Amino acid sequence: MAEFKEISPNASAGAKLTNWMENRFPTAFDAYRVHMSEYYAPKNFNFWYVFGSLSLLVLVIQIVTGIFLVMHYKPDAALAFASVEYIMRDVPWGWLIRYMHSTGASAFFIVVYLHMFRGLLYGSYRKPRELVWIFGCAIFLCLMAEAFMGYLLPWGQMSYWGAQVIVNLFAAIPFVGPDLALLIRGDYVVSDATLNRFFSFHVIAVPLVLLGLVVAHLLALHDVGSNNPDGVEIKGPKAPKDANGKPLDGVPFHPYYTVHDIYAVSVFLMVFTAVIFFAPEASGYFLEANNFIPADPFKTPLHIAPVWYFTPYYSMLRATTDVMVNVLSGIIALGTLGALWKVRMANVLKGALVIVAVVAIVLLKTFDAKFWGVVVMGGAVMVLFTLPWLDRSPVKSIRYRPSWHKYVYAVFVLFFVVLGYLGIQPPSDMGTIIAQTGTLYYFGFFLLMPWWSRLGEPKPVPDRVTFAAH
Amino acid sequence: MKKFLRSITASLALCVVVAGAFASEGGGIAWDKAPSRNNDLPALQNGAKLFVNYCLSCHSAAYMRFNRLKDIGLTDQQIKDNLLFTTEKVGETMKAAIDPKQAKEWFGGNPPDLTLIARSRSGEAGSGADYLYTYLRSYYRDESKATGWNNLAFPNVAMPHVLWELQGTRRPVYEEEEEHGQKVQAFKGWEQVSPGTMTPLQYDTAVGDLVAYLQWMGEPAQGTRVRVGVWVLLFLGMFTIIAWRLNASFWRDVK
Repeated sequence: MAEFKEISPNASAGAKLTNWMENRFPTAFDAYRVHMSEYYAPKNFNFWYVFGSLSLLVLVIQIVTGIFLVMHYKPDAALAFASVEYIMRDVPWGWLIRYMHSTGASAFFIVVYLHMFRGLLYGSYRKPRELVWIFGCAIFLCLMAEAFMGYLLPWGQMSYWGAQVIVNLFAAIPFVGPDLALLIRGDYVVSDATLNRFFSFHVIAVPLVLLGLVVAHLLALHDVGSNNPDGVEIKGPKAPKDANGKPLDGVPFHPYYTVHDIYAVSVFLMVFTAVIFFAPEASGYFLEANNFIPADPFKTPLHIAPVWYFTPYYSMLRATTDVMVNVLSGIIALGTLGALWKVRMANVLKGALVIVAVVAIVLLKTFDAKFWGVVVMGGAVMVLFTLPWLDRSPVKSIRYRPSWHKYVYAVFVLFFVVLGYLGIQPPSDMGTIIAQTGTLYYFGFFLLMPWWSRLGEPKPVPDRVTFAAH
Repeated sequence: MKKFLRSITASLALCVVVAGAFASEGGGIAWDKAPSRNNDLPALQNGAKLFVNYCLSCHSAAYMRFNRLKDIGLTDQQIKDNLLFTTEKVGETMKAAIDPKQAKEWFGGNPPDLTLIARSRSGEAGSGADYLYTYLRSYYRDESKATGWNNLAFPNVAMPHVLWELQGTRRPVYEEEEEHGQKVQAFKGWEQVSPGTMTPLQYDTAVGDLVAYLQWMGEPAQGTRVRVGVWVLLFLGMFTIIAWRLNASFWRDVK
């Protein structure tokens, strides 16, 4: 029980009310201090640091607009499509709420991808922030589930066939696949049962988990403190502090970063609302033309592509052909031979390595390439979780890494965008080869990171953050 | 950091160029650009009249209410007097006059709902309005088809040329061309076989109006959307300036 604070009878009404509240609900006041007014964040944040707050903003937009959409939407295969058009036409301002939600889905992925890239650039996932990163990756996974299931709800052709294609991927898993797909759909094809369970997951289950993870993400972050573009710890034992023990290189989150984020929110909203009001379909990238046709289980569209935010991973799935499986087998064989030749290890280990490699190659050749495509697609997301242990660079921030590392990151971004583009296009021979190269680069970037991140001479890291007063 | 961003931007630009080279071309004839009449009320009203008279016999627009036509300047009374053929109430949605069972028998399938037709047909070759504008002007006589009609923008289409009395009949003109060492028939244009009640120019204008209406019907709120959007952006523009100065004044004392 916190100490009961007395206040002078001459104090203002506002101060008295605050005092009255604090004596009865001290936890709220402590939380405000810990997370806002006395949470010290490095003062050298650059524009990359606005995307965390923006993700939170978009989350709130999605929840609030979602609540209003559910008031008018009908999760029923016979009524769903018409109810969305009812929202677009007959519900006052329904079109605005719907466009905010559909544009919000894409905006969510844009800000989250940029937020993750910031973490990648400045080593924000490194010790002691591993859990912050892992919670973040889990949020990303939830977001993908949320987006995928939400996309079925308008019950258009793309909703229907996109869900059909993705759920069928699970059927490629050996032994349990077909039953698993049946469990997800609740039927032998995507149907009313699928729509109902996806609706339930989309509006209740996944958002609950998502909110919990967001809280964990923020609490863990505030426990260890924010990283910054220099990758210098501002609260470490050697970091300079004032007489009260406050970090000299930090500023209280409120008001400094709240005003900063209000500015960012305002700029973001200009872009966001420009899309909502002037190009809500975003040339078919946010709302696909085919999705204005009601779902028809008897008419397969010529070309089924997921929404843009899934296409980098979808591209990797399509890139995993029989040829690609052979290439992967070859890489494993060569890697094993190389390790046996170059790395000194005990004979037992050598034997184990050979056995593992042989088993891997046999498995690769035993199961269908489609299954390995699913593994590659899933692995591309799961590998993110291990990033804190893959990076062995002596410095955190890209600023102090060897200059050529920047090109490694630039090519990574380039391939990610190219993979995204190819995933939207119908498959082509040339596209497949480029996608395969991109997939190999993506996995090489992460899995070889323990090796390449140590190469080269890092630049000297300063003792304090670099900051020029505004 | 700047250099890094620049290299990313440069590589992305390169990417877009390469990607453009790969972009596949759509099949069928190229789409003509539909005239832009989204804000032209007389054109939209004429389009609505054509729609109700020619399309609504077989096609529904089941998400569109008759009284929404007030948004393009008609009154309830005008709608009642001139456009209500299939129902009594202006609050009703636009349902086709045809019996769906008969439609299936006659055309081999139910004619699709047209509420969202313009939105659903956009693609790399142009907007949905462009497609419809081309489609409704690309019919020709083809005795090998059950209806006696075929269409260059929609080969083997099930719908006969409903507007033929207006347009008359036309024949596509082909010319032999060499392409990669092979002789191919290239579409060159149209030749009028028998005249319709409209001149070709009048017909194109009428189809332009009809397509404008179909485009508008796909999203009746589009005008409001753009109008509100201008105010929202103006507000946010002002707010951004305030937020920018507020941020700057707080950060002035951070050394």
